[in-house]
Formats: sequence, C-alpha cells, structure tokens
Amino acid sequence: MPDITNNMQFIPLSYYIAFCTALFAIGVIGVLVKRNALIIFMSVELMLNSANLLLAAFSAYRNDPAGQIFVFFIMVVAAAEVAIGLALLVMIYRSTHTIDINVLNKLKW
Amino acid sequence: MFSEYLFFIISIAAIYSALMVLISKKPIHSVLYLTLCFFAIAGHYILLNAQFLAVVHIIVYAGAIMVLFLFTVMLLNLNIENDFKKPRLIKFAAVISGSIFFLLMIAVLKSYDIAIVQNPALTQIGLVKNLGNVLFKDYLLPFEITSILFLAAMVGAVMIGKKDIY
Repeated sequence: MPDITNNMQFIPLSYYIAFCTALFAIGVIGVLVKRNALIIFMSVELMLNSANLLLAAFSAYRNDPAGQIFVFFIMVVAAAEVAIGLALLVMIYRSTHTIDINVLNKLKW
Repeated sequence: MFSEYLFFIISIAAIYSALMVLISKKPIHSVLYLTLCFFAIAGHYILLNAQFLAVVHIIVYAGAIMVLFLFTVMLLNLNIENDFKKPRLIKFAAVISGSIFFLLMIAVLKSYDIAIVQNPALTQIGLVKNLGNVLFKDYLLPFEITSILFLAAMVGAVMIGKKDIY
C-alpha cells in the first residue's frame, strides 16, 4: 500500500464517472437520433466501451482484479456480437437494399 | 498535476471524436472518428495502469472490430451521404432526453460515497502477470466457455452470411 501523502494526489473517481456518463449519453443520443443502422451499431459500441472504462476505473481504485477480468469478458462478447451484427446488417442490405431502420418496421408493433 | 492534465486532454479528445461520430455525414468518417475515440479510451486504460486491458482494447477494437466496420462500409458501398433523417422534433427530443439522462446519472452518482482504497497510478492488478494469474486461477471455466461462444458466433456469422439461405 502506498503512503498517505501519495494517496492525496490522483484523479478523483468522480471525474471518471462524469466522463463515462457523458460518453454513454452520447451513445444513447446516437441510437435515438440516427436512422442509419450502421451508426446505431457504432453508438451501441460506444455505450459498451463507456461501461467498460468505468468498470476498469472502479477496479483500479478498489484494487480488485475481478472488474478488469469482467472487462476482458465483455470485450470477448462484444467481438462476437459485432461479427453477428454485421453479418445480419449485410443480409438486411442484400434483401432490402437499404440500411434505413424505418424500412425494417415489420416487427415494430 | 501531470496525469490530471493528461486525463483532461484524453477525455476531451474522446468526447470530441464521439460527438463527431454522430455529427459527420458520411459513415466512413464516423468509423474513423470511432477509431480515434477507441484510441483515446485505450489511453485512459493506460492512465489507470491497466496495461493488459489497454493492449487488448487496441487489438480487439481498433484492430478487429473497426476493420470489420470499414469492410462493411466499403464492400457494401454504404458511403453515401444518406438523406434519411429523422424529423427535427424527434432529434430535439432525443438530445433533450440524453442530456437529462446525463444530468440524472451525475446527480445520483454524486451523492454516492465510494470508498477508495488504492491510488490507481500505483496498482499492480492491471499488469499482465497479475491479471493472468487471476484469469487462469479463479476464472478458468468462464475463460474456456468463451471459446464455445466464439465458435457459435463464427458458425452463426457464416450461416447468416451465406447467400442462398433465404
């Protein structure tokens, strides 16, 4: 453990909370505003990353490696999700010739 | 303090590029700005002394996922300045609700008192040696199960991507 004087000078954890929340909010706004399915997908990635960063920050400040292991597993799941999602996107583009999500409203109601 | 300045610089870069993902007209510009944002987040991991995560983040996101996105944009010729836009009212409502979400989360988390036990610049848990120890001792079964997940994802991507399936 570091001594107290060393403990006094680091970035407060609330900075990380504010930054990650801002990033997450940008992702939420992107999902709500955009109609291009690709951009919506990227906004989802942004949200996933902000959650990851906050998890890593808490893990570093609490000196608990479990948080960083979780971030690793989330990255694994995100990679699988992107592969499947982009394959779906390509299929949608092939059958409808657009990636506008307003065309894909058969399952909406 | 040096690391604090670094934090602010990287944060501003990340938020700027995240906003540019939404603002830029062409999808390919969005993809490139998202790559920039991921590099900024990797810088944050280094600042937290989580070196393993920083390297994995760069390899997985900037190296694999963004290349997949670029392939999709370029192969499908999606780089059109697509004019499909949502109504102005919906955009306005979306931005308002996103901002309210941001303020609400800040307000909730500000009142929550979080006990800090360690200076993040001095933690050793993020190093490859320590994280590998934990990963292969306590989380060995989940680690092995992820290989099944990857196999399923691979098979699924090939199945969905096949041409004569519909």
